[in-house]
Amino acid sequence: MARMKFLVDAERCIECNGCVTACKNENEVPWGVNRRRVVTINDGVVGAEKSISVACMHCSDAPCMAVCPVDCFYRTDDGVVLHDKDLCIGCGYCFYACPFGAPQFPQAGAFGLRGKMDKCTFCAGGPEKDQSQAEFAKYGRNRLSEGKLPACAEMCSTKALLGGDGDVIADIYRERVVRRGTRGAELWGWGAAYGAPQKPGAQPAAPAGKKS
Amino acid sequence: MSRVILIALALGLAGCGETEQVVVYKQGKYQGKPDSQPWSNEPLPQEFRGGSWKKDDRASWEEQIKRRQLAQHEHKRIYQ
Repeated sequence: MARMKFLVDAERCIECNGCVTACKNENEVPWGVNRRRVVTINDGVVGAEKSISVACMHCSDAPCMAVCPVDCFYRTDDGVVLHDKDLCIGCGYCFYACPFGAPQFPQAGAFGLRGKMDKCTFCAGGPEKDQSQAEFAKYGRNRLSEGKLPACAEMCSTKALLGGDGDVIADIYRERVVRRGTRGAELWGWGAAYGAPQKPGAQPAAPAGKKS
Repeated sequence: MSRVILIALALGLAGCGETEQVVVYKQGKYQGKPDSQPWSNEPLPQEFRGGSWKKDDRASWEEQIKRRQLAQHEHKRIYQ
């Protein structure tokens, strides 16, 4: 079973905002809502400037799901965190809970109401009929149902942004790190550090000479 | 008078009882509409680069997605 994740290579990202544009275009995201954005640290400092592209990280233990008072979030079989906009009350709890600032609220509307939450769907649509007009209007394009990956990752010109099954993209990233030396090897995560498990549910081997 | 004081003391001390006030967290259950699976769709026509899999066959859809994932691996894509 796949666990859909994004992985960003800070050594490769050139802050072109191609992923942001691809997302906006593919999902026809309204003005003021940014499902994806590029964050840069040490901007302008030669040799120290790093950029990463941030959106919903489709957490395995998502805080937005935990705090939602109307329980409008669900996780698909592929590990994509989605929500039902018909149920969302726009309270903003998910926005406060999310460490990535992924939940977005449209500002337009009567009296500047926050409206229903909008976020990256991993281009997997939502709980409407797949590839229907209703699904596109509420959640954007459902590329997974077309056998494709998110537009941002597939559009990335330097392949800094990888999207897909966590084990597969971690393998791609690891091979890249090995080829170029150690830069980027400090990325966290079991999969990135140790590779995909050989057998599902396999446990690490017990140390041979166990000391008391 | 002493009886009143005793009753007042008893009632006052009753307020010192320590009851658990921490709310126990309980994970909610999704209340929205059910969603369909991505593999329960026909692939797009070839001109839209939809790939190939069989409808309702999860394994073939995953194979298609894996091909797509590996296309992000430029070392494999270039040196094949």
